[in-house]
Amino acid sequence: MNTDVIVRAEQVTKSFGDLQVLKGIDLEVSRGQVLCIIGPSGSGKSTFLRCINHLEKIDGGRLIVNGSLVGYREVGEKLYELPDRAVCSERANIGMVFQHFNLFAHKTALENVIEGPIQVKGTNKKKAIAQGLSLLERVGLAHRAHAYPRAMSGGQQQRVAIARALAMEPKLMLFDEPTSALDPELVGEVLDVMRDLARSGMTMVVVTHEMGFAREVADGIVFMDEGRVLESGSPTQLLGSPREERTKAFLGAVL
Amino acid sequence: MTPRLPAHVKETEHSVLENQTQTDPPPVAAPAPAKTYTVIPLRHPWRWITAALVLAVLGFVGKAFLAADIDYAVVLKYLTSAGILAGVRNTLVLLLASMGVGLVLGVLTAVMCQSPNPVLRWVGGGYVWLFRGTPLLVQLLIWFNLSIIFENFSIPGLFSIPMNTLMTPFVAALLGLGINEGAYISEIVRGGILSVDHGQREAASAIGMSRAKTMRRIVLPQAMRVIVPPLGNEFIACLKFTSLAYTISYSELLHSANKIYTANFKVIELLFTAALWYIALTTVFSLFQQLLEDRLSRGVPGARTGFLDRLRRNLSLRRAS
Repeated sequence: MNTDVIVRAEQVTKSFGDLQVLKGIDLEVSRGQVLCIIGPSGSGKSTFLRCINHLEKIDGGRLIVNGSLVGYREVGEKLYELPDRAVCSERANIGMVFQHFNLFAHKTALENVIEGPIQVKGTNKKKAIAQGLSLLERVGLAHRAHAYPRAMSGGQQQRVAIARALAMEPKLMLFDEPTSALDPELVGEVLDVMRDLARSGMTMVVVTHEMGFAREVADGIVFMDEGRVLESGSPTQLLGSPREERTKAFLGAVL
Repeated sequence: MTPRLPAHVKETEHSVLENQTQTDPPPVAAPAPAKTYTVIPLRHPWRWITAALVLAVLGFVGKAFLAADIDYAVVLKYLTSAGILAGVRNTLVLLLASMGVGLVLGVLTAVMCQSPNPVLRWVGGGYVWLFRGTPLLVQLLIWFNLSIIFENFSIPGLFSIPMNTLMTPFVAALLGLGINEGAYISEIVRGGILSVDHGQREAASAIGMSRAKTMRRIVLPQAMRVIVPPLGNEFIACLKFTSLAYTISYSELLHSANKIYTANFKVIELLFTAALWYIALTTVFSLFQQLLEDRLSRGVPGARTGFLDRLRRNLSLRRAS
């Protein structure tokens, strides 16, 4: 298998009760690529993103991240479910940024950033703090290192959340609608950080409604609807001349 | 009384107006002098009437108690007698020990109730169901009389002691109160855990933290702010429940008072002495609780209840035993 493929989904399906939210997803993300997933709400794009780091279990198909099957070990014809500890160590290589930031409310910005390195990777505290401060510097928040989340704006919180994910030195970053909960004037500062990250060569999968960002930064765009990948292509092709009627209708509504 | 009230208000208003005219310079380009109004506040005659009625009733009750055949000197004299002080000490020992047992059991049970293992969940739920569903007094009597059905407490091959030796009044009271408190505390802790946003757990998972570490480092510290206020109430409720250990002759405060009044027949006097001690202790603990809550809620917006509110709540009969 090509080692430059970071995420490979083959016919991934997922149901919540009777409702099938993913109906066979196929896609690939290569190293250093930025893939944006767009689509109407309820199309399964967030669920798919959460499957990538095993926050949701898939029901069928295969999902391979960083060269190994997510949540399972394949031996011959059998898939063995991995123990909690193995899933945790897989997740440590994947950074995730949530729509509602989910910063640890009882910890300062810096404490949020160093929690993972110290508790999961066993980095010593001094080193973690130095690394944490430089990450906060990178997202433009060195001056807020000792502020608690509730004292920060949404945009600042989301930038800290990005720093927290980066502190684990992930091979892949997942963004689940990172700007959807932000005031319009705060969206730009988060997108700037994400743009820098993309330029630095980070592999990213971004579920977003920011078409401008997708057009400018993405290497590929996937349009999902009702649990399926309806169309995929380069930003110019998909946003400029979509093939499917459904895609045209969606883009007509959001652009 | 009522006619004086508006007159008084009028007076102060006049004086305020006069003060202003004396000290403040007249405003530049002032319009024609404004009309001065006298504000007549709404009268509340029923407030005065109900207050008077309530005070009258209180007066009658107070007078009755003063006139009754109670020797208040005895109440005060026994307040610091050796027997009563020993009772207070035993009450506090029982309180602290059973709250310790209750806290350990409560946190364990709350975590068990969140476990993916259904057997652990059922056992946790069943424990809460059983011990909250039966009166504490009945539980105490069962513990104390356990020797009727189990002659010995033994782990085969290790040791064996007669149940009568093991199940002293203190041990029975400790087990009864502690296990009962554990059931209540587990619900408090469970509520605290549920109050923490699910996103916090997801974020912890996403950076690769294990379930146990997430619970210890992320969930429980945030649950504390929700857990501490009802835990304080539980502590004070438990203080009052220690008096039930009187029935199994553990020499706590009420039992000590009982021992004295069966000898000198000053029944009400000694019960008053005990009551004074209980209310002094609950008042002190309420104060501590208030200080602790104020510390925990620093910087968090939200309603704060005053010390007197808390005291009132803690003194109320919250659950029937």
